Amino acid sequence: MKSAVLVFPGINRERDMARTLKLVSGVEPAMVWHADTELPAGTDLVVVPGGFSYGDYLRCGAIAARAPIMDAVRAHAAKGGLVLGVCNGFQILCESGLLPGVLMRNSKLKFICHDVHLRVERSDTPFTRGYNAGQVIRVPVAHGEGNYVADDETIKAIESEGRVIFRYCAADGTLGDPYNVNGAINAIAGIVNEGGNVAGMMPHPENHVESIIGSTDGRGLFAGLVAQFGKAA
Amino acid sequence: MSVAESDKTLRNEPKITPELVAEHGLKPDEYQRILDLIGREPTLTELGIFSAMWNEHCSYKSSKVHLRGLPTEAPWVIQGPGENAGVIDIGDGLAVVFKMESHNHPSYIEPYQGATTGVGGILRDVFTMGARPIACLNAISFGDPKHPKTRHLVSGVVAGIGGYGNSFGVPTVGGQTRFHTRYNGNNLVNAMAVGLARTDSIFYAAASGVGMPIVYLGSKTGRDGIHGASMASAEFGEDSDEKRPTVQVGDPFAEKLLLEACLEIMQKDCVIAIQDMGAAGLTCSAVEMGAKGDLGVTLDLEKVPTREAGMSGYEMMLSESQERMLMVLKPEKEKEAEDIFRKWGLDFAIVGETTPTKRFLIRHNGEMLADLPIKELGDEAPVYNRPFVETPKQPVIDAKDVKHPLPVADALLKLIGTPDLCSKRWVWEQYDHIIGGNTVQRPGGDAAVVRVEEGPKGLAMTTDVTPRYCEADPFEGGKQAVAEAYRNICAVGGLPLAITDNLNFGNPERPEIMGQFVGCVRGIGAACKALDFPVVSGNVSLYNETNGRAILPTPTIGGVGVLDDFTKSMSLGFKNDGDAILLIGEKPSWLGQSIYLRDVCGREEGAPPPVELELEKRHGEFVRKLILDGQVTAAHDLSDGGLAVAIAEMAMAGSRGATLDAAPAGADAHGYWFGEDQARYVVTVKPEQVKAVVEAAQVAGVAIAQIGTVGGDTVAIAGEKPLAVSDLSQRFEAWLPEYMAGTNS
Repeated sequence: MKSAVLVFPGINRERDMARTLKLVSGVEPAMVWHADTELPAGTDLVVVPGGFSYGDYLRCGAIAARAPIMDAVRAHAAKGGLVLGVCNGFQILCESGLLPGVLMRNSKLKFICHDVHLRVERSDTPFTRGYNAGQVIRVPVAHGEGNYVADDETIKAIESEGRVIFRYCAADGTLGDPYNVNGAINAIAGIVNEGGNVAGMMPHPENHVESIIGSTDGRGLFAGLVAQFGKAA
Repeated sequence: MSVAESDKTLRNEPKITPELVAEHGLKPDEYQRILDLIGREPTLTELGIFSAMWNEHCSYKSSKVHLRGLPTEAPWVIQGPGENAGVIDIGDGLAVVFKMESHNHPSYIEPYQGATTGVGGILRDVFTMGARPIACLNAISFGDPKHPKTRHLVSGVVAGIGGYGNSFGVPTVGGQTRFHTRYNGNNLVNAMAVGLARTDSIFYAAASGVGMPIVYLGSKTGRDGIHGASMASAEFGEDSDEKRPTVQVGDPFAEKLLLEACLEIMQKDCVIAIQDMGAAGLTCSAVEMGAKGDLGVTLDLEKVPTREAGMSGYEMMLSESQERMLMVLKPEKEKEAEDIFRKWGLDFAIVGETTPTKRFLIRHNGEMLADLPIKELGDEAPVYNRPFVETPKQPVIDAKDVKHPLPVADALLKLIGTPDLCSKRWVWEQYDHIIGGNTVQRPGGDAAVVRVEEGPKGLAMTTDVTPRYCEADPFEGGKQAVAEAYRNICAVGGLPLAITDNLNFGNPERPEIMGQFVGCVRGIGAACKALDFPVVSGNVSLYNETNGRAILPTPTIGGVGVLDDFTKSMSLGFKNDGDAILLIGEKPSWLGQSIYLRDVCGREEGAPPPVELELEKRHGEFVRKLILDGQVTAAHDLSDGGLAVAIAEMAMAGSRGATLDAAPAGADAHGYWFGEDQARYVVTVKPEQVKAVVEAAQVAGVAIAQIGTVGGDTVAIAGEKPLAVSDLSQRFEAWLPEYMAGTNS
């Protein structure tokens, strides 16, 4: 699997993401500068990592969404290419129009960093094929603005089309306010676009890929992506 | 240009009056020293430069003579105090660069920005030396929870520490949070940063070569923070809120860019010398680069990138705008370096050059503003051997003479929910403590453990001090702060290597405060020497007083240790039912200055527990060996709250209970369970290994005793009411969130 990790000024989890991609796929990803206008030839997967692009002093992700490289990312997605946005990457994908909705300030108005449980809603997307539907995984969140919000019509569409891939839940998979860490509508932690080839999520699967550092629950996401591209990767 | 020539062009406007001297925080005798040094009246800019260089914060004038006594050397020390940060060798060609620094005064005036710039400043100190920061820690002290300002300060400081570190992208992995009335008008924010570099590419401040371009990098210079260091060198009165304009504003985004740009040009071998602009900004950084390199420096201020038009030279020299660096570049690499900085969108300007004259010349639009001897600016700063009186010894309190208001179990349940002992989860969950993907032991344990690059090495890090001990007996308290850092590192399996010290005290012009300082520093020195745990960097913060009331003496120790194999690090939670619980160290009974005596009996008194350094070393080495040999399943050091609190913490962390034998016959039960005797640990061991561990302890001359067994869902002390682990956890976790929400007081 040939992956490209975008680097905007202020992004800070690009090294975590690159290390995980290398660990799981065996291939070093290309680090792509925001001012570039093209993705490396043959890119299978574009990853927009976490951080605070441009300091997030404006609306989170709003400036990065307008960077030169994003036109190439939009073209890649339009051709059905895979795009994954994590945390600030999710915010950037929403701001760039590749995903619907927006990430608002956490309902408790504070930055939160701790492990959460996620229920995998479906296993038939390239991003979740490494898991079983209904499986519960434990991965960390680290964000101040992860409260997913969209208008009623959009939420209705996302839900009826089964485009929610992860929801915040209890360890046994039940949903409820105490587990919905940032107050997201319908406890949405991750979604895909209509084509199913662009995904965004707030939690950090890339930080849970080793048993000695947290857990290996995040590994399935990357292993599934690698499997998508077969051994030839 | 000769001195005589430059004198002609120096304009003495305005006239320097005694009032102006006083406004610059200089005493009349200090001003006389300036006159003697330069042989004429200084210009206003020169007066500003002297005030910046000679204030307490920058010159260490009250502390220097005592700091000289601290042990700073060991075979693994690459750089001791005197540079931006200390550097130690951890093998494999890797160096750890670290330092702790206070941002107390600004954090009281404006808690969010004060805390952010504290974190930003210490991160800069570390990456200036060529290290990528891999962890931050902190120690924060607040006033009485009932004081009307405390909640606001906690909220702002925690949000500020998180706001900077989270955005910059460094995990904040550990720290201390405490409350005491003595911090009411003067909270403390001590921030520590730890970075990783290669031993063959450490960068220093000393300039070399004449005619080398001096380059200004980073953010633009504004009018913020002018006289910040002088503000930090004075006491507070009722008017402290009016000092808000001296606080700077942090920009973690700019700092992240500065980090990446600096590391990139260092990697491309462009840098001769580098110094961050911290306290006293351009003045201090330029003087240090020149003085350390035995060179003069000339600056042309019209070339300094400024945020607003019309800034005077005086303002530029004293601004403490954040996220700025000064560098001497290899001339042939200038273009390459500039391209890298432009790529990251940062300002890059050649603002001066090195000269052979050892003079510090400041020009602005052709006008000479200052012409000073560069070495003397630092070297000739006043040094005070201030009078001090030793703190009187407190009486030793016998546990048997203490009236105990509550049974042991009830006292334990009460203690676990007190402001000092309760869970600080509310704090550290606002800090990104996992970024980097290397956090092996997260906050909440004895020491944080972070993997070094791809392993197998790991670093163990902690911040420690027990201010109430320091107040009662500065010498023992100083020793204890170092010993506790040592213990916390041993308790996770680390080999303690070196410390950074952040010495927070009141007004040194008062002999009793100076006595606290001298006693604590002597205690720190004694412990560092006995434990092979040298001081490699540090910071002194004096004048922590409001309206004549000083803080508790708070010499915070930041300790760093190494594990050769990070996978062997040990955590404190109970792991398996049936494991034996062993107490390592002497049986406790010392209640003087204990949390129990203060928070349960309402008595804040007595002599603190004495620290036997030889025992600390022997017990620490023994525990570390047990951990590395895989013989224990959990380990925890004993400190605040004593044995009972340690056991409760292990039970809550492991979500399993324990049955415990009663206190030994003849012992005072409360003294046994809550005494804070030093050099002690609790470990758990599989039943089949107990015999071997006990024998090993006997051979090593270490006191050891089985005191109970892991299992069940209660902490059950024989003869006491059993406490459900879930009830303990509920109380442990409740206090701080409820306090911050305003629902419990």
